[in-house]
Amino acid sequence: MIISIASGKGGTGKTTVAVNLALTLMETESVYLLDCDVEEPNAHLFLRPRLEGSAKVTVPVPIVDEEQCNECGRCGETCAFNAILPLGKHVLTFHELCHGCGGCALLCPTGAIREEPLEIGVVEWGHAGSISHIHGRLKIGSPLAPPVVRAVKKHAQNRSLGAVSIIDAPPGTSCPVVASVSGSDFCLLVTEPTPFGLHDLTLAVDMVRELGVNFGVVINRAGLGNGGLVDYCRAENIPILARIPFDRKYAKCYAKGGRLIEEFPEIRKILQDLWHAVCVSAERV
Amino acid sequence: MKELLVISGKGGTGKTTIVGAFAGLAKDSFPCETTVLADCDVDAADLHLILKPSVRRTNEFFGLKKATIDPAKCDNCGECAKVCRFDAIAMHEESIKIEPVSCEGCAVCFHICPSQAINMKDVIAGHWFVSDTIYGPLVHAKLGVAEENSGKLVMEVRREARRIAETRGSRLIICDGPPGVGCPVISSMSGVDLALIVTEPTIAGVHDMERLYTLANGFDVEVVVCINKYDLDYKISRDIREFCRTHDIDMVGRIPFDEEVVKALVKGEPIISPDLTSGKSESPAANATRQLWAEILNRLSL
Repeated sequence: MIISIASGKGGTGKTTVAVNLALTLMETESVYLLDCDVEEPNAHLFLRPRLEGSAKVTVPVPIVDEEQCNECGRCGETCAFNAILPLGKHVLTFHELCHGCGGCALLCPTGAIREEPLEIGVVEWGHAGSISHIHGRLKIGSPLAPPVVRAVKKHAQNRSLGAVSIIDAPPGTSCPVVASVSGSDFCLLVTEPTPFGLHDLTLAVDMVRELGVNFGVVINRAGLGNGGLVDYCRAENIPILARIPFDRKYAKCYAKGGRLIEEFPEIRKILQDLWHAVCVSAERV
Repeated sequence: MKELLVISGKGGTGKTTIVGAFAGLAKDSFPCETTVLADCDVDAADLHLILKPSVRRTNEFFGLKKATIDPAKCDNCGECAKVCRFDAIAMHEESIKIEPVSCEGCAVCFHICPSQAINMKDVIAGHWFVSDTIYGPLVHAKLGVAEENSGKLVMEVRREARRIAETRGSRLIICDGPPGVGCPVISSMSGVDLALIVTEPTIAGVHDMERLYTLANGFDVEVVVCINKYDLDYKISRDIREFCRTHDIDMVGRIPFDEEVVKALVKGEPIISPDLTSGKSESPAANATRQLWAEILNRLSL
């Protein structure tokens, strides 16, 4: 079972829910926690896993042999990402823009282009207690998060069969989030009762519906205000699966990298109930 | 003309709240001039919730063209599926299907198809808007659901903001940045005059600030730091100060945790009243934001 945790708005508590849900479930289930927020991975700060291995994530980028180039300009015409620019025999390449589609190398009539792996990030894995933790880290300055997200999921794919995989997704609704959430059995959308939380929740709902993933809402900082959140969920027929109350003591615990369920038994109970609700919603009781 | 970017790495540290307050303060500082506001968080734009704009102009944003298949011409040879590196093309028994969400628009399938059965079609990947607010013009955008190319849309927003600023002789553009360190952040950061990193005293806030600082350093952008909710954890706030000191970054503000901010957020209102002359006493956070603003103007020589 794969559960992704997304939000639209940043800072609503995705990582808090992901980490504490993993810690709650580790006693009864085999748990994988995949941190797919590869731009700013944070789950490890709370899990403090023992690192056991890592692998580079690369994108194949073009290297041009100008000796073999016949100046046809085909590479520049075909590249949709403006990552290769032929100026006569001199061909400029912009590897940071390259998506690694392989088009230029494939279509070059003289075979003047070969591909070399460019490192854009790293996948690291290890254990925190019985939790298997895998995260990706986008190399600073590299713009392309989705290949790193896919690498994290691929690393887990065959190992996590039969386990509960919890995916901590990045904020937003665009390609890195889609790469994280797609293929999940269930998605938890974490939001907060403010106009911002509500607005970004509506965007996230559009996204998960587009992906055809079953989902429910977790309200974090409940009690802060209403912001029309409950009305919206009711009108859209979206289940509210958990409410985590607003309390400064939780914020203080989070700040230090603390684990809420270890300090506050009421949070453990909320997450146990959440898990049960997810199983019911995902029809896996 | 100067461009200020407010950014954070981690989401939810208070970027938009601070930009919302700056909008009012800018109007107060430059009453006779136009300050242009730009929301570069095109994935989950929120600034409009505080600034309450009326949209004057809506523009379509075209991302990369996406592949579609013409079943009448397709002879199921499967060459396209072999070359697609994004797993966007699936062979079924009867037909070949392209999954639009996975298609990155590279067009390799289009070039390789022996039957010319693949077309590259324009896709509206979002919209961007030019709006009026009581503080000045706002350029903002909405990326389509599950779309790519947020970086390119950020560029459109910034280009329009600059154009308006030039036409109106503005001194300042204030940009609300996206979270993370990836493509939309890189597009937001290139060429700005000053990046204000808003962090919070949490281990995640610090971790993300450090990564963002490394990125900004690579762009040669001047960086200053402000700690929001600094009194949530004094020790981590001291750690941030120490990080700034050792990296020669100026700490330009500290904003306390303040119930008044929470109340304003819940109402979707700015933490600094639009009517600055009302003489209403301000909350501690509003006061601290005012000091932060003065420091920012100083940095920008405005």
